Amino acid sequence: MEYLLLLYADESQFEKLSPAQTDEAIGAYRAYTEALQKSGTLRGRNRLRPTQTATTVRVKSGKTEVLNGPYAETREELGGYYLIDVPDLDAALSWAARCPGASHGVVEVRPVWPMGQP
Amino acid sequence: MAGGETEAGAGGQAAAPIEASRAAEESARRSYGKLIAFLSARTRDVAGAEDALSEALAAALTEWPAHGVPRSPDAWLLTVARRRLVDAARRRRRDEAASQFLQHLAELADDDDDEPVIPDRRLGLLFACAHPAIERGVRAPLMLQVVLGFDAATIASAFLVAPATMGQRLSRAKSKIRQAGIGFEVPGASDLEGRLDTVLDAIYAAYSEGWSDPEGADARRRNLAEEAIWLGRLLASLLPNDGEVLGLLSLMLHASARREARRSPGGDYVPLEQQDPMRWDTAMIDEAEALLSRASACSRHGRFQLEAAVQSAHAVRRRSGEADWPAIERLYDALCVLTGSPVAALNRAVALARTRGPAEGLAALDELAGDGRLADYQPYWAARAHLLASSGCTGAALDAYQQAIGLERDPAVRHFLQQRAAALSHVPGSN
Repeated sequence: MEYLLLLYADESQFEKLSPAQTDEAIGAYRAYTEALQKSGTLRGRNRLRPTQTATTVRVKSGKTEVLNGPYAETREELGGYYLIDVPDLDAALSWAARCPGASHGVVEVRPVWPMGQP
Repeated sequence: MAGGETEAGAGGQAAAPIEASRAAEESARRSYGKLIAFLSARTRDVAGAEDALSEALAAALTEWPAHGVPRSPDAWLLTVARRRLVDAARRRRRDEAASQFLQHLAELADDDDDEPVIPDRRLGLLFACAHPAIERGVRAPLMLQVVLGFDAATIASAFLVAPATMGQRLSRAKSKIRQAGIGFEVPGASDLEGRLDTVLDAIYAAYSEGWSDPEGADARRRNLAEEAIWLGRLLASLLPNDGEVLGLLSLMLHASARREARRSPGGDYVPLEQQDPMRWDTAMIDEAEALLSRASACSRHGRFQLEAAVQSAHAVRRRSGEADWPAIERLYDALCVLTGSPVAALNRAVALARTRGPAEGLAALDELAGDGRLADYQPYWAARAHLLASSGCTGAALDAYQQAIGLERDPAVRHFLQQRAAALSHVPGSN
């Protein structure tokens, strides 16, 4: 079953890291990604540019509305994702706990709902 | 500690709300399992007993501050809970055959003899929770819930399972006890060993989940390790002559004695071999040692006694400055033969590296390389990385460190592994 791990973190915390700490954080994500790859569970992943680069679009009563910034202003922002394929939710949670994002933010685990499935 | 009855306040006078709620909490903590065991022993309706007891505890929180803490809080809780059970049985009347209902009422009334001493059926309850018919993975959570009163959400966090899933698994297990008629009897001599081992495994699983938070950052989690020790003590008080029961308690105490030493004052992870023995809890180690020597005099020997002996061989570093590695190697040899566990084989390889050099350790690890059970097991990769680094295979060591880092959950351990890997890649002339 596919699960999307959504990584939420406080972006401002990353700016406070020293260069050595930043390297270590990046290294931890690299190691995590490789471990996922080696176990054959990784289906996709990426990080997102900070929320100040976000733009929101909606169409209301036929009129488009375009706004600067993310949809919801929260302290912890969506910063990236992993798409994994594992046997069940327990396995997905176990990978989520290993994600470095779980130690400095929150990882939301959502089952993918394939098209055509009720 | 186990089963220790203390006089809980003087009865008859109004108590301060805080005092009253503390008395209720204390009573719940001390007697939860005892009351559940007693309330459900005959009906095997653990969920019903839990509901009744939680209603009784809620009633205590309103009654005790107004009327004082009763002289025997447990008996008070039992009386109220039993009344709730009778009410619940009456409500269910329409769903059940009348004869069944009457029999049930008779059973409950039968209990109603105001005996001051509540018979301790917790041992039977522990055996029911760890019954072979109960799915292995839910035995430890079930014990934590019905013997200690932990809620499903807390247990779910500790076992890294979704709370809704944990709730379902627990209630399925309780239905199974009721519908399959799993008894609360202590098994007879012929069955005892096998059945007892499932109880010990479940207690150790609860301990290990609590232990996986070595930082102690999560108060509820630390509680879990302590509660597992409490269960171990309870079991040791009920079965004082079983070598494995004593072995398990000794093992848990040995490990807990080192809890503080696992972190530097700055919060960094400190591996066992670099821990300062001065920071180990001496009293706890002494107790663990005494239990182990009692265990060795018992007739039954097994996995937990061997594992406790390994910890004891590490603890000798307190006096000699050096762990007894030859003994550790022999003990893991025995554990491998006894359990066939890949983790025992991994630890044996680590011990071999100490007694016969990293090459021998690596050779033993290589034999495990194809074992799928270790592929996602962080300690395997960390051990491999360490031994490869000691053998001068820097590139392969860095790959293994990378895998260990990717699999680690604890940020402090992850940081430690990253530091090790960084130190390795900065060694002059490496790569």
